Amino acid sequence: MSTITQSPAPTPASAPIVKATAQIRSWKIPITFGGFAVLSLFLFVLLGRGQRGELSTFRLSQARDVIQLPEVALPTFATGVFVAIVLVFLAAVSVWLVYGHRKIPIVLTILFALLFLVGFLAWAASGSTIPVPGLLIGTVTLSAPLIFGALGGVLSERAGVVNVAIEAQLLAGAFSSAVVASATGNPYLGLLAAMVAGALVSMVLAAFALKYLVDQVIVGVVLNVLVIGLTSFLYSQVLAPSANLNSPDVFPRLNIPLLSEIPIIGPVLFRQTIIVYVMYVAVVMVYFGLFRTKWGLRVRAVGEHPQAADTVGINVNRTRFVAVTLGGVISGFGGAYFTLGAVGAFNKEMTNGMGFIALAAVIFGQWHPIKATLAALLFGFATNLQNVLGIIGSPVPSEFMLMLPYVVTIFAVAGFVGRSRAPAADGKPYIK
Amino acid sequence: MSDAAAPAPAYGPGKKDGSERWTQTLRDITGGSAMISVLAVALALVVGAVLIAFTNERVQETSGYFFSRPLDMVQAVSDAVAGAYSALFQGSIYNFRANNFLTAIRPLTETLTFATPLIAAGLGVGLAFRVGMFNIGGRGQMLIAAGAAGYVAFAIELPAGIHLIVAILAGLLGGAMWGGIVGLLKARTGAHEVIVTIMLNFVALYLIQFLLRTPGALQAPGSNNPKTPAMLPTAVFPDLFGPRYNLHAGFLTVIAATIFVWWLLSRSNLGFQFRAVGQNPNAARVAGINVKNVYMYAMAISGALVGLAGINQVLGTVTTGFGAGIDAGIGFDAITVALLGRSKPWGIFAAGILFGAFKAGGFAMQAAEGVPIDIVVVVQALIVLFIAAPPLVRAMFHLPTPGATKKPKIRADTGRTTNEVVAK
Repeated sequence: MSTITQSPAPTPASAPIVKATAQIRSWKIPITFGGFAVLSLFLFVLLGRGQRGELSTFRLSQARDVIQLPEVALPTFATGVFVAIVLVFLAAVSVWLVYGHRKIPIVLTILFALLFLVGFLAWAASGSTIPVPGLLIGTVTLSAPLIFGALGGVLSERAGVVNVAIEAQLLAGAFSSAVVASATGNPYLGLLAAMVAGALVSMVLAAFALKYLVDQVIVGVVLNVLVIGLTSFLYSQVLAPSANLNSPDVFPRLNIPLLSEIPIIGPVLFRQTIIVYVMYVAVVMVYFGLFRTKWGLRVRAVGEHPQAADTVGINVNRTRFVAVTLGGVISGFGGAYFTLGAVGAFNKEMTNGMGFIALAAVIFGQWHPIKATLAALLFGFATNLQNVLGIIGSPVPSEFMLMLPYVVTIFAVAGFVGRSRAPAADGKPYIK
Repeated sequence: MSDAAAPAPAYGPGKKDGSERWTQTLRDITGGSAMISVLAVALALVVGAVLIAFTNERVQETSGYFFSRPLDMVQAVSDAVAGAYSALFQGSIYNFRANNFLTAIRPLTETLTFATPLIAAGLGVGLAFRVGMFNIGGRGQMLIAAGAAGYVAFAIELPAGIHLIVAILAGLLGGAMWGGIVGLLKARTGAHEVIVTIMLNFVALYLIQFLLRTPGALQAPGSNNPKTPAMLPTAVFPDLFGPRYNLHAGFLTVIAATIFVWWLLSRSNLGFQFRAVGQNPNAARVAGINVKNVYMYAMAISGALVGLAGINQVLGTVTTGFGAGIDAGIGFDAITVALLGRSKPWGIFAAGILFGAFKAGGFAMQAAEGVPIDIVVVVQALIVLFIAAPPLVRAMFHLPTPGATKKPKIRADTGRTTNEVVAK
């Protein structure tokens, strides 16, 4: 797949010493581009829809927006052909770049992905309308628990503790927030309870991992099972018979004045519930905390090289314990989204594997808070895209639409991310 | 539970007097892993009892006037706990209320029936653990295997005997293929197997859902339900002890699979490579092992073993046609089974039977006592948690630490998977 070439070694003795540079030529991106280009040729041209001149309409504003943008109507077939041709061209460019040992700029990748997306949306929406703000609002909302979970995972794993228990933290947060918010009638206390519950789960994880030196993957998996069992049991025994313990108030959407009136971005980012606003703060704080503070440097140090951290006087296990607990607080908060942000009642296993997708976002995002957030947004977008296309009637069987995000993720992980590297001491207990 | 947890003490024979040897023996028993396992199960059952008691309505009622008539509450607690656990026992091992022995032993065969797919899938997950990989893709591998085996079983007419074998082979191939994709991607592109298996679970689920509602694929002809027709009788596992028991010949395939995995891991050349890569992939590479191929073979075999669980579901347990829920969460349960069995073939076999007993008994308990079956999940999780942390159990019961002179580092090796999973 890849070849290593070296620049010519300096021959004459008098010549200045030139560093030999090894360039790795990876054909992954051109192959992936090529695959998608062929796919788009096949879908948009060969199976092209709208050959009788149908239009694909993109609605850019909602009815209540102050600034109304016009609807964009694209001729379906022509758009498809255009996109397919450009994608083939871009794939050829990437081949040429790699052949010449040059890097493929990230802009090219983003452009490629966006074009494919536009082409696909136009193709799918032949003769109907796609509500773009609705698509994106749903994306942010659906991503919220994933982002919280991924942030919790990043924090924990950066400190060197593998966190497979994100699902457990989300579920514990969802359960306790529903119960506390219903019992007290105050959803903010519910949020607090969710944080406490998430912290408790991760304290168990930390205690077993750091004190009893149990394998961290084992503890994580077992905690997931334990919390699923516990919440389901309590749900059947306690919540189901008495409904007043499971009817919390749902947070309303809060419009932020002025900001929420910016076209497209406004409704998407600033007409959300308080949980989403806290999410923005959490992303920034985790990033800032990990990469711009002394504490964050220590957390990363105990995750990469605990011996070195120990020799300069950092208490490895205490630092890890704090980071893991904090991760649990964040994940648990995300769990409150399920009950207080969306459904309004707890249900058995209502997180439905979201914790595992958050774990995938952590790995996909290379253990970096911002990248993990973007990965979570991608998953959220894919899920919501299938919802929206389901409503307007998609041309492909709905199962394949549902499958798409997961297939894209596999392609992305295999093609673009490749060997993502975990923190060096991730999962390894530190024994003096 | 396993030799890994109990460092064999090297006592010189004849060096000690009788009383000292007796103390050592006692220490081995109380501090050793067998005792830990028993105590872990007991401890988990105690926690389960507390949960059952706390959520029991009668207990809550009596607790209201605890200080005037405390015995009422004690009575209510013991009724609730004893009722639940005796129902659990009678539903999983031996039914005392039955008239004759053949009826009374029926719960035990139910336990083995429930254990069959758990053992098969546990072996698959455990094998991946031994190679240092985490296979969370049990659901997808089971679904694909069930789809492949099921299609052969209901759509193709073959003579009895051959039909069953062909159906099993189709299922194994399906599972191996679905697992093999993961190995291939990991080997060729470095894609992380945790992500790929999670994603393939969803892909398989939607693929099977699509096929189940497509006439001519898996959907029963003339039906609108997303369900397959019944399997042809020539492709169904025969009953082991006659029609009055549900236990089918699939249990024999699982015994064979256990022996195969044992042979593979401890007697074969490939298994040696598997374990070497699991211990340290870099060292294995230096020693000349083709690590990439090992990943592919291991995931394919792991997928086939998990697929065997799906095959057992469709050809043994649910032969009247299946839907997309045929995996019944076994792919995830298998992870706990593999962990409890410490990723060793016979350990997984025993763990599978224990969890099968919990499942069989759990249904009986739910039906008889109204205690939700979820309590069984809690108890299972606690058992694994306690067994994984012997120091915790020892501290709780004030047991002596075996080989107290040993360096604490040995503790880190309580789970064989420790180094193997992490060494990625």
